Order: sequence, then structure tokens, then C-alpha cells
Amino acid sequence: MRHLLSIADLGADGIEEILRLTDSFVEVSARNIPKVPVLRGKTVVSLFYEDSTRTRLSFEAAAKRLSADTMTFSVGTSSVKKGESVRDTLQTIEAMGVDAIVVRHGSAGVPVQVARWGTSAVINAGDGWHEHPTQALLDCYTIRQRLGSLAGRSIAIVGDIKHSRVARSDVLAFTALGAEVTLVAPPTLLPPSLDGWPVKVSHDLDAVLPTTDVAYLLRMQQERMTEALVPSLREYSTCYGMTSARADRLADTSLIMHPGPMNRGVEIAAEVADRPNATVVDQVRNGVPVRMAVLFLLLGSGSTLYDPVPDPATPDDETEHDEHGSAGA
Amino acid sequence: MSPDDIQRAVWRMAHEIIEHNHGLENVVLIGLQTGGVPLAGLLAEDLRQIDDIELPFGSLDVAFYRDDIGLRPILPEAVTDIPFDLSGKIVVLVDDVLFTGRTIRAALDALTDFGRPRSVQLAVMIDRGHRELPIRPDYVGKNLPTRRDEVVNVGPLGVELGETRK
Repeated sequence: MRHLLSIADLGADGIEEILRLTDSFVEVSARNIPKVPVLRGKTVVSLFYEDSTRTRLSFEAAAKRLSADTMTFSVGTSSVKKGESVRDTLQTIEAMGVDAIVVRHGSAGVPVQVARWGTSAVINAGDGWHEHPTQALLDCYTIRQRLGSLAGRSIAIVGDIKHSRVARSDVLAFTALGAEVTLVAPPTLLPPSLDGWPVKVSHDLDAVLPTTDVAYLLRMQQERMTEALVPSLREYSTCYGMTSARADRLADTSLIMHPGPMNRGVEIAAEVADRPNATVVDQVRNGVPVRMAVLFLLLGSGSTLYDPVPDPATPDDETEHDEHGSAGA
Repeated sequence: MSPDDIQRAVWRMAHEIIEHNHGLENVVLIGLQTGGVPLAGLLAEDLRQIDDIELPFGSLDVAFYRDDIGLRPILPEAVTDIPFDLSGKIVVLVDDVLFTGRTIRAALDALTDFGRPRSVQLAVMIDRGHRELPIRPDYVGKNLPTRRDEVVNVGPLGVELGETRK
């Protein structure tokens, strides 16, 4: 594996391998000195064109626990403000000698381009509406940790599917591991076409709840409310929010997940987020060992099992996500 | 070596550990994944029979500390489990075969992440020579002269010299 650009590149075997490796790094994270000399001498750069706290910190913590050196390139304080292109920025960073680049960008496909142009290992930390692979991996790990397995589980992904890269990666990962995914959202928050998505669709959260093993709530992106996709946040919350009453109707063993940051009182009631079957904190905690496993696979292990290097000779892969993802945020 | 020979060697090594440390106070056993763990189990069992004492017992996977990392797969069954602090303890590392010494070098590195032991001792079932680092065992089941390209297997059926590696 040279890059991690999309869950689709991994397949079920690749996901399983990463989750298996994650177990080892969970053990490392629990030690008094949670650091192993696996990536000594390697340099990991985070190249973030979009705001992010948890993902960037999580990647940096992961790299540091593997003894790699980390550098941060945050766009706000850099030459990008002076008009430097992604390609020139990449060239500059690589000239300093780096081994892996963690990329987040508002436009879909930027990590793929960076992988094509550069010589470093590239990890997609979120590109536009397209994908956020490490989030999906840590979600899978969290579900496995709590429920044992994803096979045959019913997972409802609720909320703003249209703008969500998390939803796209999660659908691919959950279904690859054998779960049944139902998207629950008002029609305005669904992508224009769901052709080829291995999912069911519902507009009625209450009908789905009783048979749901995992309710995955997406963040209601308030900055997009100007598009008037829902009449009001309050109405959204009434119809699609995980209120206390709805949470009561879930089975005791069912999980309530959220990728964060949460809008308490909108997609999830304040009290529900602190219940024992809400996994928000677990998800963040598992993010570090999952990203350690990814960095280890890319930089440390020499594994050649999966190689999603984009072939420069062929045009963009026509995946089912392109039409939704290319617009960018 | 037959299984009985292994049993007898473990029995002798258990006595040597007690003799060398004037008892078993502060002694802990750590088996190296994967071959050293069952052997450490046998040692713990014999030590319990001799001295009626339950020694702290751990396992250590040194994959993340190897100097040839990436050349060997990370095994799912190889888990590190050291549920106690090593500071001030006498750690007896247990492995099946001592060869180049690189595994033990990695293990010594790993141990320092779990505390500061008072001393570290090494028990191996087979010392096959060909050391590449200044490392020697304290307790040896059997010295077995080998060619560098031979493979030594220690298992429930005893010790065998395996096929020549390609």
C-alpha cells in the first residue's frame, strides 16, 4: 500500500488488515510510555487547506507515537495566501524531504492529484464531499469494539448525506464488512443520484429506529443553512434529531455514533450524547491507533498488498462518487 | 531433543533461576512472542512446583522494535501483555532459540518502555550460535551447533533441525 486515498482502494481485506493492526497499536497506546520506534527518521507533514482540529491532532499524535517527526503546513499562515498553487506547495514540501503527506482540501480529488504529482505517501484526511477514509476506519473499529462484528448489522446513517464525505467513506467501509446501511434524510439532503450505492433509503427515522444496531448521526452543517435545504434547524431536529425519546426506543445494545464536532440540541440531544451507548469519545480515542496503523502500513511495514497508486496514463477513475464530489465545499 | 528432554531442561533452568537469584523475590517472567511464551509458561509451572509461588508473567512482542522492521509480518496472535510495572524487578526474558541476538536487542529496548528493571536475565531453550551482537544467555536448555542456513524448530514435539533455508 503506497497511499490511502479512498476506502474503495482497500476492499474488505485491506480494512480488516488495518483493523487487525490497530489492535497492536491500542495496546501500545495503553502503555506508560505509549511510543514505539517504528518510524524513526521518517517525516510526516500535515497539509491542511481546511480547518480541522481533531483530525490534524489525531494524525500528529499517531505520527509522534510511532517516533516520526511531524510538520504542519497550515494554509492560513503560509505562502498559499500569496497565491501559491497546490503543485508548487507540494514541490516545496517534498524538496525538504518528507515521507508522508496528510492532505485535507475543500475540493474532491486533491489527494489523488498530490499522489500523482509527488513521491511521498499520501493520506486523504478529507477531500470535499468525496471521502474521509480514516474516519470510516475508526468508525469500523469502534463498532467492532462494541458489537464484535459488523456483519449483518443494520446501520442507519442519519442527516446531511449530500455534503458528507464521512457518509461516503462509511457506506463503502460498512458495506464492505457486511453491514446493511440505510440512509435516513430528507430528500434535499440526499445526493441527487444514489445509483450504485449499496444502501436503502428512508425518510422516516422513527420507522427505522427499532431495527437499528447503530445510529450514525451526521453533523448538520449550519454553514450550509443558507441553501435552505431544510426549513429550520428546529424542524430538522424534530424530524431527524436523536432526541431523548428516540434514543429510548433504541435497543440497549444499539450504538449512537457521531463523527464530531457535535451540535448538541440539533442532530443529537445534549443528554443523549453523554449516554453510555454514545460512542463519540471512543471514536476520537480510537482515531489515534487507527491512524498509527495506517501510517505504519504506508511507511513502516513495506507491505505491498494493496497498491491504489493512480495510474498517470489513464484519466480519472469514473467512480460513482465523482459527480457528487467534484463540486467541492 | 525430545519433549522429555525439554521438560528436564526446563526443570534444571528453573532451579538455576532460583539458585542464581537466591530465591524468587522480585523475579518476573516475560516470554517473547511467539516461541518464548509457551516456554515461559513451562518455566512458571516448574517454579510454582519448586517454590510454591505464582510469578508475575507477561508476554512481549518486539516487532515494533526490530531493526529489520518491514521484513517480517506483524502477527495477529503476537500480543504484548505486561500487566505490571517492571521497575525494580528482576526480569527473566524467555525465548525458544537464541541466534543472532537481534531479537533480544529489540526486547531490551522494548523493556525500557515498561519501566526500569533492576536486572534483566535471559533464558533460552536452544543457543545455536552465530551471534551478531554482544549478547549471551544466562540460562540455556541446550547448546546446539548449527550452520547459519539451518532452521531450528522448537515445538510441542521437541527440538528439530529443519530444512535448509533457500
